Amino acid sequence: MSHATRTQEQGTERMLQLTAVGQHYGDHRVLHDITLTVPAGQLLCVVGPSGCGKSTLLRTIAGLLPAREGTVTIDGAPVTGVPDSLAVVFQDYGRSLFPWLTVRDNVALPLRRRGLGRAERRAEADRILDRVGLSGAARRHPWQLSGGMQQRVAIARALVCRPTLLLMDEPFGSLDAQTREDLEDLLLEVHRTDGTTIVFVTHDIDESVYVGDRVVVLSPGPGSRIVRDLPVRLRGQRDQIATRGLPEFVALRAEVGRAVRSREAE
Amino acid sequence: MSVRRLRGRQELWLGLLGVLLAFGVCEAVSRAGLVRRSYLPPATEVLGRAVELAGDPVFLDGIGATLRAWALGLGLACAIAVPLGLLLGSVPLVDTATRAIVELLRPLPSVALIPLVSLLLGSGTETEVALITYASVWPILFNTVYGLGETDPLAKDTLRAFGFGRLAVLLRAELPATAPFIAAGIRISAAVALILAVATEILSGFGEGLGIFIAQAGLATDGTRDVLAGVVWAGTLGLVVNGLLVWGERRLFPWTPEHREAAGGGARV
Repeated sequence: MSHATRTQEQGTERMLQLTAVGQHYGDHRVLHDITLTVPAGQLLCVVGPSGCGKSTLLRTIAGLLPAREGTVTIDGAPVTGVPDSLAVVFQDYGRSLFPWLTVRDNVALPLRRRGLGRAERRAEADRILDRVGLSGAARRHPWQLSGGMQQRVAIARALVCRPTLLLMDEPFGSLDAQTREDLEDLLLEVHRTDGTTIVFVTHDIDESVYVGDRVVVLSPGPGSRIVRDLPVRLRGQRDQIATRGLPEFVALRAEVGRAVRSREAE
Repeated sequence: MSVRRLRGRQELWLGLLGVLLAFGVCEAVSRAGLVRRSYLPPATEVLGRAVELAGDPVFLDGIGATLRAWALGLGLACAIAVPLGLLLGSVPLVDTATRAIVELLRPLPSVALIPLVSLLLGSGTETEVALITYASVWPILFNTVYGLGETDPLAKDTLRAFGFGRLAVLLRAELPATAPFIAAGIRISAAVALILAVATEILSGFGEGLGIFIAQAGLATDGTRDVLAGVVWAGTLGLVVNGLLVWGERRLFPWTPEHREAAGGGARV
């Protein structure tokens, strides 16, 4: 099933709704009047220059940071604490994975809250590790792996509870180009198979168009707001070489790039 | 890896050379008659006496008594300092409220408290253990508080994002992240505790222990050799304890940056 058709099929069921969300630290405005509806199953990319409050937006959705203004609802329920159905992947895998646990125990950790026995947790962790291509590394420690493998562990850990909403904060920002492309395709495969709703924050314009069903551009801070909201409609299944050469890809990338830059110039 | 091992071997030889040099100087100075033999006996004689003491049951009982007081005091210090450190480190209100008291007590030299505590508790094991505990609490306490403060906020957020509560964050992220700091604090305290054990024994003057042996040898005519042999024992104990704790830290916490390389496989990006 191609991205385009799937996007049209979903569409009606709201997964995530932000209404007039604002954040500020003291006098410093970070986000201003963010209103956004994300239908179930959509892969939404949020792009913007660094320091524009993308991470703050993600932390607000995750319930790690209470919204100062406006409301966030997930599946119709207002976010007050951290919602159950949600998982987060941070950019800094080296700090987000626990070095004292093995890869398998890191991945199995979220399952402790689901009341599963030890054997079940291990089996579930191994299943998901196999899926991200790390079945051989279960007994090693995160710091013994390469950066790309560590981020795969973090992705496995996020997927292990089968979240309905996956939040990713510049997850591939510190990886080399080849590894990044591999992980982009892994993410697309997960999205295709599981139909998880994903909010993907990145400062990489190319990546946002390649990965997303839809790209939202934030203005630079202080007081970032949404300046552009573009659907991504690309022919066929995404392919690192072919997709990036499509005229509509190039046109979209230019459009997103202009949206990011035009606000930067102001 | 091999460069590392080579450097390790070089360090070992240099260390050995230093010891031999110091040893040789002591020996030569004494043999040449530069100082009176009763002030500084030749190093070989001191070492010979120290080895001889290993076969003396009374002396070994004394070592046992000192080590028991040391272990008890250090254990009590851990039992007090770690929970207290976790409390101070995770509840800023308590930390602020106790800051003044802590900063007042901390610079007090524990050895200066020996006469006072002897007055209160007598000159038995209670005094010794109490003083060891008091002196050993500080390094462990401060390292625990410091380690908690150093816990990566992202590690805590990761757990929170998976729906874990405050207590789980403390037990699953902050405590393991702080453990290497606590262990380093215990290693510092282990040396402090040994100093306090021997010093308390020397100053209180009766009972049994390594300090008692040293104190009594100091009173005898020509006792310098025995005093120094006792000192060699104290130093050796400190060296062995430190070595064991360093080895234990490396085994328990292979993930810390300073141990990673040794454990095989630094992060390759």
